[in-house]
Amino acid sequence: MKFIFKFFEPNKVFLITSKAPKYVMALFMIVISIGLLEALIFSPEDYKQSHSVRIMYVHVPAAWISLGIFSSMTLLSLSGYIFKNKNFFLIAKSLAPSGLVFNIIALVTGSIWGKPTWGTWWAWDARITSMLILALFYLMYLVAWRIYENKDYVLKITTMIALMGIINVPIIKYSVEWWSTLHQPASITLLSKSSIHSSMLFPLLIMTAAFALFSLLIFLMKYNTELIKIKNKGLDRL
Amino acid sequence: MIKELIYMNGYGLYVWSAFAFTLISFTSLYVVTKIHYIKEKSKFESKFGSLDSKKAEVARTQIINREILSSTNNI
Repeated sequence: MKFIFKFFEPNKVFLITSKAPKYVMALFMIVISIGLLEALIFSPEDYKQSHSVRIMYVHVPAAWISLGIFSSMTLLSLSGYIFKNKNFFLIAKSLAPSGLVFNIIALVTGSIWGKPTWGTWWAWDARITSMLILALFYLMYLVAWRIYENKDYVLKITTMIALMGIINVPIIKYSVEWWSTLHQPASITLLSKSSIHSSMLFPLLIMTAAFALFSLLIFLMKYNTELIKIKNKGLDRL
Repeated sequence: MIKELIYMNGYGLYVWSAFAFTLISFTSLYVVTKIHYIKEKSKFESKFGSLDSKKAEVARTQIINREILSSTNNI
């Protein structure tokens, strides 16, 4: 196990992460261009929702990525404690800002989509409310890193926030099945055939790939900044 | 064609504002993250510049410090 963690040493990781952003940025620009063309021009309009269905191409990927990032943050925080590796906490911390922004995008674009579809900008529906709670957990996590000076204490607090917040993730996922909500049940599942037509599924997957690349780009930039911050403190101690 | 793309059967305002909000959020997050990166890097460079030759030599033994100094603008 120690051999594997040697690859996670900041010195070695920085060699890759300092060079990677420009390539990720280039790839993101290509994928997002294809995604936007597909989402706004080539994909068909819905027979019920007409063109408003196009909001799905930003709303759904943002929600997926935001949930994925929070789950990864929890797993990384736990791994940090289990394997006593502080780099895991640093990775989790660097993921959080993009997770929060994707969560906000999901909420705002959902609200915009709600007006023409449900006739309201906001409803205290189970899915929307649980997504709002996730945004609060993201905020608490980021604020904790900012306000607590004591290193050990901040690691404990942020891990606790992540562990409490992860309870909300299955609630978000299954809220449409457990309660009667305005949201429709999931159209795409991993285990069964999706009910969405391929002409809409393709742009959705392209946009998800673009959003994932963007979150990777922000993560790399943030992670490099955090490493430089640590090195700045190291220079003070010389 | 362009008129249809903008108007979208009356849903244009909703669709374009959702995409515009996403784009603005992406740009803001990118700019803020980049500003933080540049700030920390220039702080590192000025601290490194103020070290005496002996301390600078010690600091240079670390790969990561050399990388930070050599990467002029990777992002």
